[in-house]
Amino acid sequence: MINQVPVSYYLLLGAILFSIGAGGVLIRRNAIVILMCVEMMMNAVNLTFIAFSRYLDSATGQIFVFMVMAVAAVEVAIGLALLVELNRHKQTVNIDEINSLKG
Amino acid sequence: MPIEIPTLNVIALAPQIVVVVTALVVMALDISLTDKRVVGYVSLLGLAAAAVVTFALLGGPAQAIQQMAVSDGYALVLNLVFIVTAALAILVALGYLDERELQHGEYYALLLFSTAGMMLMAAATDLIVVFMGLEIMSVALYILAAFNHRQVGSGEAGMKYFILGAFASAFFLYGVALLYGATGSTNLHAIGEWFSPDRGNLGDPLALVGLGLLLIGFAFKVAAVPFQWWTPDVYHGAPTSVTAFMSVGAKAAGFAALVRILMVSFDQAFTLDWQLVLAVLAVLTMTVGNIAALAQKDVKRMLAYSSVAHAGYILVGVVPATMTGVKGVLFYLMAYAFMNIGAFAVIAVLEHRDAIGTALSDYAGLSTRKPFLALAMAVFMFSLTGIPPFVGFWGKLYVFRAAVEANMSWLAVVGVINSAISAFYYLSVVVQMYMRTPTDETAAAPALRLSGPVVVTLALALVATVVLGLWPTPLVNLTALGIFG
Repeated sequence: MINQVPVSYYLLLGAILFSIGAGGVLIRRNAIVILMCVEMMMNAVNLTFIAFSRYLDSATGQIFVFMVMAVAAVEVAIGLALLVELNRHKQTVNIDEINSLKG
Repeated sequence: MPIEIPTLNVIALAPQIVVVVTALVVMALDISLTDKRVVGYVSLLGLAAAAVVTFALLGGPAQAIQQMAVSDGYALVLNLVFIVTAALAILVALGYLDERELQHGEYYALLLFSTAGMMLMAAATDLIVVFMGLEIMSVALYILAAFNHRQVGSGEAGMKYFILGAFASAFFLYGVALLYGATGSTNLHAIGEWFSPDRGNLGDPLALVGLGLLLIGFAFKVAAVPFQWWTPDVYHGAPTSVTAFMSVGAKAAGFAALVRILMVSFDQAFTLDWQLVLAVLAVLTMTVGNIAALAQKDVKRMLAYSSVAHAGYILVGVVPATMTGVKGVLFYLMAYAFMNIGAFAVIAVLEHRDAIGTALSDYAGLSTRKPFLALAMAVFMFSLTGIPPFVGFWGKLYVFRAAVEANMSWLAVVGVINSAISAFYYLSVVVQMYMRTPTDETAAAPALRLSGPVVVTLALALVATVVLGLWPTPLVNLTALGIFG
């Protein structure tokens, strides 16, 4: 008999990846790294979805993953475009230096 | 696994489709036309058509695609809120963008796509569709916030909104994933059934964590404490015509989906848990928003904090989880659309260069310079405070009444105390306009020009605020149609 990987391992990995991503968004100062961290959070969710989909024997989770992948691609495109635009005004990608709005 | 042929009822989603088609037409016209204002008027026509279609659908609930979306009274009433919001925002933009030489067709296309996303969120009965609607709305708003490419503040607002919005979306998604894992479905009705008492699934920890993450995602979108800190920067940096749109539209869409999820899926499950959480959030949101607004010297920022406070008032109507509360929320959102966009339209006129001319001192003696503008602003401020006989008073009355009926009088009392606090900063604008003489600086500012579309916006918002305040019956009757199908 082949030993199967229990679903809880995938869920735990998903939770760890999500936490690393969320921590990265809060801690890192480079806007591009923050974008990558958001992507990581999304993919952690994808892993969770697929694990549940397999566990429940339901296709909904996998369909949701396709939606999330498409949306994640859109968000990267928008995020990079906004960053390029901002970079024209201020030659930096450090979000601590992007601070003209205060009050 | 046999494959089921999906049922398809396109008519049920006709309002959304009309708006999307209009957006596509707008993009095509944008290429061929040199006067981009025409594009704006075409968008208004499209919204009018969507409103007509919405009224035509008001007969009975209709499932759209495999119980993924529905056109029930609730979705249709909210459609009207979004259409009013978008139409007023387009009218503000027609004047505002002209003066800044930012008149581009994309603006209107993005605004319409965003509106379609909002409408989809209100109609969604599946978490997949809620997510898609949320993203269609948000992605368009990120670009709109950064639309003024000549000004660094606008790009910064777009970037901040984007990072925090994507962050919130990820939390929302994780919540959906856990709910899916717990209940085996993403359909709101199926989740609601899974929680029915005879199934014995109440208090499931995985689902509880999922709901918590879902609430975090929504709290970001509607700018509720403790996820409100992006609001002042984004609302301040974004072009005023965009701020007007998203302060009302994004908030209304967030509440639209949140209320449906709580009422349909979590009606039975953890009612006590989430009611307490939302009640605490409502109190914090109202109080933090109002106290932070007191300290503001800039009217645009002040209104940003006030919009946080208004999210708190609306939450008061969500907490009781009754139909009275839902109707109160619908009434409040419609009232908020008129008075808040009206107030931002006044700001758009006074803002003579980007984010300059929005300080409180710039409003000194406005009543002598532009009596109509000052009168309109005064009415909007009174209405936002909740002073009768303006429409804002009824909005507050209905949400607070829902709390009292559900034996949560303490929540209503906190709301009333907060309204009293808010009077201080709203009325300080009125004091500036009517009781202060213009400073030398203000007098030296360029003469204020009232363009045609802005006058129309102000007139519409003013009439709605006053007439619906004196005679709220039509709006009450309309919100009474807002039932779940």
